[in-house]
This record gives sequence, C-alpha cells and structure tokens, in this order.
Amino acid sequence: MKQEIELKVNGQICEVEVEPWWTLVDVLRDHLHLTGTKKSCGEGDCGACTVLMDGEPVNSCLMLAIEARGKDITTIEGISQGGELHPIQEAFMKFGAVQCGFCTPGMIMATKALLDRNPNPSEEEIKKSLSGHLCRCTGYVQIIEAVTAAAEKMKTL
Amino acid sequence: MGEKETFDVIGKPYPKKDARVKVTGNCRFGGDISVAGMLHGKLLRSPHAHARILNIDTSKAERLKGVRSVITGKDFPGIWYGNFMHTRDYLPLSIDRVRYIGEEVAAVAAVDEETAWEALDLIKVDYEPLPAVFDPEEAMKEGAPLLYDNKPGNISCISDWAFGDEGVEKAFAESYLVKENTFRTQSIKHGMLETHTCIGTWDSDGKITLESNKQSPYVAWRQLAMGLGIDPNRVRIKQTFIGAGNSGGKQEALAMDFAAVMLSKNTGKPVRIVHTMEEVLMMGHMRHAFKINMKIGVNKEGLIRAVDCLAIADGGAHSSIGQLSIYLMGAWMMIAYKIPNIRYKCSRVYTNKSFAGALRGHVVPQSRFAFEGVMDDIADELGLDHFEIRRRNAATPGYVAPNGFKITSCGFQEALQKAKDVSGWEKKKGKLPKYHGIGLGANGFISGGNIMGLSACSAMLKVQEDGTVALQTGATEVGQGCDTVLPMIVAEVLGIEPDDVSFALVDSDVTPVDGGTWGSRVTFYAGNAVKVAAMDARNQLSKVAAEILQAREEDLVFRKKKISVRNTEKSIELDRLVRLCQNKRGMSIMGRGYYNAPCGNLDFSTGKGNFSPAYSFYAMVTELEVDPETGQVEILGTWTAHDGGIELNPMLVRGQLIGSAIMHIGQTLFEGIIRDEKGKTLNTSFTDYKMATFMDIPKSQSLYSMHIVDPEGPFGAKEAGEGSSGPVIASIANAIKDAIGVRFLELPITPEKIVRAIRERERS
Repeated sequence: MKQEIELKVNGQICEVEVEPWWTLVDVLRDHLHLTGTKKSCGEGDCGACTVLMDGEPVNSCLMLAIEARGKDITTIEGISQGGELHPIQEAFMKFGAVQCGFCTPGMIMATKALLDRNPNPSEEEIKKSLSGHLCRCTGYVQIIEAVTAAAEKMKTL
Repeated sequence: MGEKETFDVIGKPYPKKDARVKVTGNCRFGGDISVAGMLHGKLLRSPHAHARILNIDTSKAERLKGVRSVITGKDFPGIWYGNFMHTRDYLPLSIDRVRYIGEEVAAVAAVDEETAWEALDLIKVDYEPLPAVFDPEEAMKEGAPLLYDNKPGNISCISDWAFGDEGVEKAFAESYLVKENTFRTQSIKHGMLETHTCIGTWDSDGKITLESNKQSPYVAWRQLAMGLGIDPNRVRIKQTFIGAGNSGGKQEALAMDFAAVMLSKNTGKPVRIVHTMEEVLMMGHMRHAFKINMKIGVNKEGLIRAVDCLAIADGGAHSSIGQLSIYLMGAWMMIAYKIPNIRYKCSRVYTNKSFAGALRGHVVPQSRFAFEGVMDDIADELGLDHFEIRRRNAATPGYVAPNGFKITSCGFQEALQKAKDVSGWEKKKGKLPKYHGIGLGANGFISGGNIMGLSACSAMLKVQEDGTVALQTGATEVGQGCDTVLPMIVAEVLGIEPDDVSFALVDSDVTPVDGGTWGSRVTFYAGNAVKVAAMDARNQLSKVAAEILQAREEDLVFRKKKISVRNTEKSIELDRLVRLCQNKRGMSIMGRGYYNAPCGNLDFSTGKGNFSPAYSFYAMVTELEVDPETGQVEILGTWTAHDGGIELNPMLVRGQLIGSAIMHIGQTLFEGIIRDEKGKTLNTSFTDYKMATFMDIPKSQSLYSMHIVDPEGPFGAKEAGEGSSGPVIASIANAIKDAIGVRFLELPITPEKIVRAIRERERS
C-alpha cells in the first residue's frame, strides 16, 4: 500500500509516493531522478550507493526510503555549490582518482563525511574510512592522493 | 611539415576529460537512462547445470497484471552466433538445452522491475536434468556427458603448434638442465562495478536500436544482426558510458540484448534490462582457469633451448573468444625471452559452468605464473641470480622469434636493470629475515594486433569555426582514458588544447567502424588513426594558410591556436583560418584516417606471423612478509619498470599500471569463483567474491618508465592498459617462495595454504 512521504534531499523537500519496502537508492534514482547515486551490488558491500544522512555516510541500498523521513539527505548532486565544484570533486579530477567513474559518487560522499569529521586524516585513516568502497579500476592509490590533497585545500578555505 | 622537437600537450598529466561529469554525478550510465514509456525486462535463468528443456509454459506469467510480453528461445530464428566459425555456440535464449546454472531461458517485459521479477516466478519450465561435468579433465574422458553433440571429448577448440629449427625433443636432449612443473590457476570475474545494461528498441519500421555499455560496439552489432537473422544495417548500437568492463560481457552481444530488442518488438516500447550484481557474478563471462604443464630446457649458461607447454583450459559452457585465448597463452610466451624451440598444445574444454573469455591481461598473468616459476627454479639450480637469467634470455631490439613475432623497440634489458637497482635486490636477496621474501616477475605484452576480421581503427573529425574540434572514433572509453589521450593527440597536431576537442560516444549509425577496445590497442591503433585524421585536416588548413601567409607549407607551425611561419612574425589564428576557409572558399575542414598496423596478418592455422606492431615489457619486484601463524601476506613494496614507449599522459598510465596490479594481487592471494558439487556458484556477492580493497594495497608501489620511443606508435607510445598485469602473480608467488621456501603451484595462494605449507615444511 503506497504512502506519500516527504524527503529532504539536498536541501529541498520532495514529496514522493513509495511502497514501504522500497529502498532509498531506488527512490532517489527512479522516482526523484537523482541518478548520480549509483546502484552496483545492491547489498551494501561496495559503497557505490553512499549518500549522507544527517552528515553520516550510509549505504542507501540498505535503507528503506521511509527510514529517511525527517532526515537531511545529501547526494552527489548536492555537494557542489551552485555550479562550483567542491574541493573534493576538484581533487578527484586533478589527481587521477576517476577512471570509469562508477564508484566515484559514493567515494566522494564518504570522503566528504570523513573530512567534515576529521580534517587532517592520515593515510591509514583514509584507507580505513574508505575501506568499504570498492574500486576495480584505480587500485586506490590515486584516490588516497586526491583525498589528501582535498584535505589540504579545505584547510585553507 | 616536420615534427616538433618538444611537445605542448603530449607527455602532460592532463586530468581525464570526463572526470568532471563523473564527479558531479551527471554522467549517465545505461542504468541511469529512462525513456518515456519504457518497460523493464528481466531474464529467467536455469537452475540446472545441464538439462533438456522439455517445455516452457509462459501463460501464467503473461496474465500477471503489468506484464506486457514474455519470450523464450523459440521467439528467435535459431541461428547460432559467436566468434570464429567453428565456435559459434551462442543462442539468444536457450531453446532445447541449458548448459550451466544461470543460462538464460526466457525473458519478461513489464511496467516495473518488481512485476518483471514476479513474472519470472510464474514461468513454468519443464527440465529433464542431464548428467553434468565440471572438471575439464573429466570432461575430456570417454563417456563423459557431452555438452554439444557435435563436440566429441567436449573439446571447444585446440591450439597446437611448434616452432624452431631443431625441434623440442632434440633441444631437450641436448639441454644441460630441464625443469618442469604443473601449475593450476583459478577462474576470476571481471569485477567491474557497473553491471551490464541495455535499452532495446525495435521501431515500427524495423530498425533496431540497442543502447548499451559495449566496449566493442561493432562486435555486438554484428553478433546481434547474426543472431536475429537480419542485415547489420538494420541494427544501431549506441554506446553508453561504460563503468569498466575488463573485456567481459560488455564485449559481446548478450542474452539481455536479444531479449530487450525482441520484447520491444512485441510491445512497441523501449525495454531496459539491467543485470544485478548477483547475476553478473553467477553468469558468464570469467577468466580461463588453466592447468599448465611447463617444461623448460636450458644450456649451461641458462640460455633457453626449448619450451614444451601442455595446457588444459576450463572453458565453461560456451566458447566466447576462447580459441584466441588459448592460442595467446602459448604464443605470447615468445615475446619476453628468446625461445629457439617451442611446442605448445592447449585444449579448451567445455564444462557445465559459466563460460570463460577474455579478462584484462588475457592469459598472460596465468602464463607468467607458470613460466617465471620454472625460470626461478632453473636459476636456483644453476646458481644464477634471478635477474641474470632473465637478462641473458631477454628479447632485444630487432629480435625475430621462431613463430614470426618481430620485436622492434625493446627496453626490456633497461627495465630489468632498473627494477633490480631500485628495489635494492642485491642488498636484499638471500639476506632478508625469516618469512620475509623478494621475488621477480617479468613479461612482454602486445600493443594491439591484427587478428581475424576487422582490426583497423578509424577516426573522423571536423575543425569548427571557433577553432575547436569534434572527434569521432570507434574506440570506447572504459575508464582507461582514451577520451583524453585521443583528444591530446589531435590537440598536439593542431596546436590547440585537449579541452578544445570533444570525444564522441560510439554510434554505429554515425561514428566510424572499429575493432573495439581490447588487446591494449586503443592508444596505438586509434591513436595512430586519430593522428592521421588530424594531419589530414592540418594539411587542408596548411594549403590555405600557406597561400594567405605567402609561405611554404613546410615552414608552417601549428601552435598555441595559431598557424605561424617559422622565423617570421607572420601568423593567423586557427579559428580565423577556419572561418576564412568556410566563408571565403566554401570549404569544410574535415579530417579522416584509419590505421591498421603494418605487421601483417597472423596465419591462425599455423600460428606463424607477427602479432603486434609493437611489444611492451615489464619487470616487477615484490617484497613481502608472511605471517607464519595466520598465513597473511603483507606486500611491503613493489617496483615495476615498464617499457611502454613514451607516456602520452603519465597520470593516466600510472592509473593503468597501479589498477592492473591491484586487481592481480586479488587473483594471487584471495580471489576466485567458488562452486558447489552441483556447479552452483556460491559467491555471488561481493561479501564472498572478495576483491582487493584499500586495505590490500602494498605499502609502497614505485613505477618507472623507460621512455624509449617506439617508431610506429603515435608520438612513440606503446600500451599500458594490460601488460602490467603480466608480472604480478609471478612476482608475488616467487617472493612467497623466497619467504617460506615453498613454491605454490595453485592459485589463489590463500592464508590456509600458506600455514599448511609452513607446518609441513617444519615437520619434515
């Protein structure tokens, strides 16, 4: 039995009709047409579907859409400011952290949560923080370099 | 017009052009695309490893609310398609037999995915289970269940050839030392994060459009036309952004593609099908598992006299491009070392499992695991340093192998020396603490090749009135960066910036024909095609510029968006020149080019001929530590020296080398498909199909390019995308041997195997 719920996504209130068993990732992608968040394993193993819920990274494939009521959801579409890229996005571009790009939105969201919480992470802290994110292309090294560079840049802002 | 001495664009670490659209989430992959009125498709898969299909009753499924069409194999003309005439063993959907758990038997289109899934449960398939066979050696035996009635012994294909003046028997008899061993490698999955997707549309006028993440759109185009029994011009393949592929299902026409277009024909609506990761991990494609018997004979100085390799490839239920794969396993051994006599035989065997085809690096990682292992053992017995024996046998510039491979540029000796120096090999080998080891792996690779059918790459471009260029090729960007490197080549030739050059997605109705993205060919073949096209446009512009500037064409320099006359102040801006050509002379500046390497064509029946216009070389040292209690391996450092010609974009090359290496750490230490005794894949999720994470990367990785110009490659470049996978397994396995004194002959080298081996060694 579908219910109409309100979700706050990227600062905007959206009304959407959902079945109770629908996941947040499916509602974001198929009903709110925010396809920046990717669906890969669909089981919470790869991190591709990561969004921020009240600033905390969550696997949106493991959350029901109804669980997101009353929360502040941020997706990849919401982190650039009016067309200006976030320093994390700039760093990912500049340091070769993007190859096929499928893991990228989830990786960036988790990086934002990390740097908002810990502005000066060590390499070990970066690795542990992002260890739930799979990437088959880059071999991770250039991602770590991008995160480190983003942290440096954000300290100056 | 002479080449410039220094480059403005080539050699710079330009960020990937499509990185911006990917970091913003604006990049639309196949699964992100919705079309008005679109239906959702799902595929029904066989629960049996081997069975006859007696009957399929789709009536209940058809009656489910929201279902618009249900199809089976009988909805297709029954034409077998695939690669190579003798191994066309694909059907769009199975008709009367299934040959592995997961094989597609029916498809549904419905108003949403949930309804489609539900409809699958309502399709009633009457199967008659047949005996199945899972081990290739069992499958080859007399009396084994046959997967294909016309393939006795379950042989999908064979590669069987020998080269050398003396012949291996004589050469072994005269060898000072002969060593052999039998190695076993496992099947792994491609592991890309984006699953297969397609949107199929069958128009009312009979035109079929497939929007899909195909790495080689023209391969899918031909296969789709063949399986549907129609002329290719009725098929349009529109490539969507590709979330990596590593040469798996994204290289071919899949059941989903046929299903989507047929369901569209029946419903009059576009049909989108997106595989789940569970489907991807249980269905074909995968890497060939091999049993490799490698025998090498050397003289007293350690120079190779003969190699005899007998191999069995576990092919699974279909052939894919397996005939090529098994040929390459033997043939590509001829690249790195000078082998005067070789005999090779590999049988590719059908088994009731998901099927094997290409996977980044193709067969080289497995082949080197075997070869480099035997080389090390030979070196040890002769008392030779592991580097020294490679140095003595290494290919050199101008070397022609007995099978016809012609090595042109070759920095292998330099790469070996570099890897030895930077890794501290001399200080460390034999002097490390217990359970601490250092190992070497080395290999050669191809930069594309002329294989059967279309190998050429082509390019078309238009130079626009604002001085920018619209570039179309048949090459697909899969993450490797050709969307950037090919524009960089245009930019260098025309004196503009990579940002000034747009790069089109492949559309078989519009962009030029191409072999596809595989075999580490894009930089070399597409790069050269793009260079020809850019030069074509430049020549047209030069003729006009020479007139206007009253200069000789050979004195013109295209740089900084201007055409200048050398040693004078005379110049004209590129955009002004284009507008002048267009408006005053009625010209339209378009460049076109294609490139097929001048290395000739291989004769596949004999294996004789040159494969590639250029070969790359790698030497990799791994230093690691083994925990004897837990069997965990910690990779402390890797040093990889690479002869890949000139690096057109060092940042992208680095990404390829590291990415390739990390993937293969997985195959060495923990990856692999796990099946039960009934042929069912047990690890169909990333929880259990374990791939490398951030926590698995080596403590440090150092890369060194030899920077040797290749005469044939675009601006001197060779490949980087796959060759770096070659030495990884060998290097790690050899380092583990050094660390614990045990040579593992089977992959993956898991902690359990290591602990068991250490305990056994201590007991004896």
